[in-house]
Amino acid sequence: MTRHIVGPFNRVEGDLELGLDIEAGVVTAARVTAPTYRGFEQILVGRPALDALAIAPRICGICSVSQSIAAATALRAIAGIVPPPNGVLAANIAHAAENIADHLTHFAVFFMPDFTRRAYAGRAWYEAAVAAFAAHTGRASADILPARARLLHILGAVAGKWPHSLAFQPGGTTRALDLGARMRLSGIVEEFARCFEASVLGVAVDVLLELATPEALAAYAEETAGLLPLFLRMAADTGCDALGPGPGPLMSFGAYPSGDGPLFPAGVYEEGVGASPLDASTITEDPSHAWMAGKPTHPAAGDTRPDADKTSGYSFAKAPRLAGRPVEVGAIARQAIAGQPLIRTLLARDGGSRVTSRIVGRMLEVARLIGAMRGWIGALDANGPYCADGPARFPDGAGSGLIEAARGSLGHWVEVKSGRIARYQIVAPTTWNFSPRDEGGVPGPLEQALAGLDVGEAGAEAVAVQHIVRSFDPCMVCTAH
Amino acid sequence: MTVTGEARRQRTSMIWLQAGSCGGCTMSALETGTHGLIADLAASGIDVLWHPSLSLASGAEVLDLFDRLICGDIGLDILCVEGSILCGPNGSGRFNRLAGTMKPMMTLVRELASIAAVTVGIGSCAAYGGIPAAAPDPAEARGLGFDGTRRGGALGPDYRSRRSLPVVNVAGCAPHPGWIVETLTAIAAGLLGAEDLDAFGRPRFFADHLAHHGCSRNEFYEFKASAERPSDRGCLMEHLGCKATQAVGDCNQRRWNGSGSCTDGGSTCIACTAPGFEAVNGLQSTPKVAGIPVGLPVDMPKAWFVALAALSKSATPKRVRDNSRADRVIVPPSRPQGGR
Repeated sequence: MTRHIVGPFNRVEGDLELGLDIEAGVVTAARVTAPTYRGFEQILVGRPALDALAIAPRICGICSVSQSIAAATALRAIAGIVPPPNGVLAANIAHAAENIADHLTHFAVFFMPDFTRRAYAGRAWYEAAVAAFAAHTGRASADILPARARLLHILGAVAGKWPHSLAFQPGGTTRALDLGARMRLSGIVEEFARCFEASVLGVAVDVLLELATPEALAAYAEETAGLLPLFLRMAADTGCDALGPGPGPLMSFGAYPSGDGPLFPAGVYEEGVGASPLDASTITEDPSHAWMAGKPTHPAAGDTRPDADKTSGYSFAKAPRLAGRPVEVGAIARQAIAGQPLIRTLLARDGGSRVTSRIVGRMLEVARLIGAMRGWIGALDANGPYCADGPARFPDGAGSGLIEAARGSLGHWVEVKSGRIARYQIVAPTTWNFSPRDEGGVPGPLEQALAGLDVGEAGAEAVAVQHIVRSFDPCMVCTAH
Repeated sequence: MTVTGEARRQRTSMIWLQAGSCGGCTMSALETGTHGLIADLAASGIDVLWHPSLSLASGAEVLDLFDRLICGDIGLDILCVEGSILCGPNGSGRFNRLAGTMKPMMTLVRELASIAAVTVGIGSCAAYGGIPAAAPDPAEARGLGFDGTRRGGALGPDYRSRRSLPVVNVAGCAPHPGWIVETLTAIAAGLLGAEDLDAFGRPRFFADHLAHHGCSRNEFYEFKASAERPSDRGCLMEHLGCKATQAVGDCNQRRWNGSGSCTDGGSTCIACTAPGFEAVNGLQSTPKVAGIPVGLPVDMPKAWFVALAALSKSATPKRVRDNSRADRVIVPPSRPQGGR
């Protein structure tokens, strides 16, 4: 057995290091390291409660609206504030814009360029892959980056700017959208939908959403020109459909609230077991293999004390567990729990999440969000308020903000005493997916997805390693914060 | 005259590193242009050797590139650093190790800064330390050339790049994509000198302005008709912590994400271009002594401000007062009866 250390591992938002034990061309064990620690949870403690709205989003420049909404939701729970419907809708519209932008940035800029690696030269699709997905110069970047920038104009209208805005408050949002602004939002969504359909899907959004079986998806991939069909053909040829098995349970905290419940519900789904409700009281964070002091606890009682000298540690990320088990989070989890037919049948075919189904989950989610955004923009009440008043003095108490970022479940657990933050614990999506081992030695989801991988003579340099890691769309800056 | 006969300008090489960063400056930079960041930089003569979010090379390929830059095989014109330099724990830099190596990012940044023609701090973290440097400064976060307002960050107080420039600080959290790209293209064109930077290393083309200039709430400011709650249209300075009258940046003279700006969106200005902005507690409330905001507009004597505020409050039109406390215009501008 030889142990390989892989890094810097780029195109993952932040830095990542992998330790791979390889024996006879097969990965026998993987260890994932979050090598950077800034200390946001320590910085938040002691500050006035509302400062969380300025500090927490700056954990992550790619999901800052998610961090804002998690912080606002936790403070809202403590202060007992109920935002008016317009405030909820405007936040949903902004949040969906960020999440779509993230899914597309991941697809075009972070994930797909690995198909242009020299290891694939000679494949029938190689020239097409280079033209479409070459880093810096591919057609995908040229199409999608400007479309993404234009989509983010939604954030300019709703929140002033992106990333990092104080527009997401416990009471709602801070900018009322007049008729002109609402029309601009509609125009941006329609322009984006056209680009997404023309460049990525090659079909109308509704056509994609009608695909309900792996066979229908394969037929679409064969018959259609577009970046997603090209990916699907390459994925089938390179074995991505079976690559990178997840740990089993998929989890969502529920996304995009409304009076009728969230658009994508909270819950747990496990292939072969089925759907079950989420019990957030069974969440623990386990620092046994982190460079952190402490014992496994629920985040509402947790703390963060870095110990870079701890010999049993190999990451600055703690290990989150749901009822003692590692779970996978992300678009595939949200769509599985929401009962999306194609995702359910892909999970059934493969026996759980894989590289291809993770990518498909994101694209299906983008397609569904386009329709949802149209509905939310149309539902804005021309005469309604956007932000409810809060109490004059911020009350003492504890609360949580459990939401979904693009990459999966994001939780903020907050305690306020005498107007100041007494505890602030954050468990981010990639903390779940790229968790280190727990005290029972159970590896995290990525660690499990890499174990057993046949890397052949390429060893740690195998492209499959890159595909598996990036299929989770990791955000390392969130992971250890 | 056509440009076809002009000598082809020399290309400029650039590398971008992320240290203790949130990645938001890269996300902002990606909003630029009609063909994507890399293509737009290339059109201005800048070749991006490697960017952690955008480039193909990973692992050993990247470490080899760093080695070749440091030994001089490949010339480095522009070094961009995004994120605070994390020097902790105890000055070791182990809170931000370059993955795949035992080398602290702090060390790599120093090595590359020593050979770069120009070093650019992208964002307030790389410039001054930023949010990670907020108390209790858990990771010993420093800027490249500053530790908060004090000269001498991770590169030391006397640092000068090969082109004899101090660190160029594209401050902001996150900076406007235009600030980033225009700074880089000005460097590539050889047009950015020490005289083009302010005392904190910020390019003066955006730093000679105040965020307040061009604010859509200016009429409310003039009359001290103030927002009292988030989403009120009034001026955010008197009660909600807005520092736009003190913070540098042409924030309200260009648009953010198409149509926005912080103050336009009701997102109070927290002076994110200023060294040490993270030290302020209570970012959404205005500290006052005897009812007078402690932080007054730049260059304004206190007595003047008090007198003008009292005068303008007494003269505030009903329209302005009523609209300042609403989330939309409830009293439109109108002329007296018989007017046009």
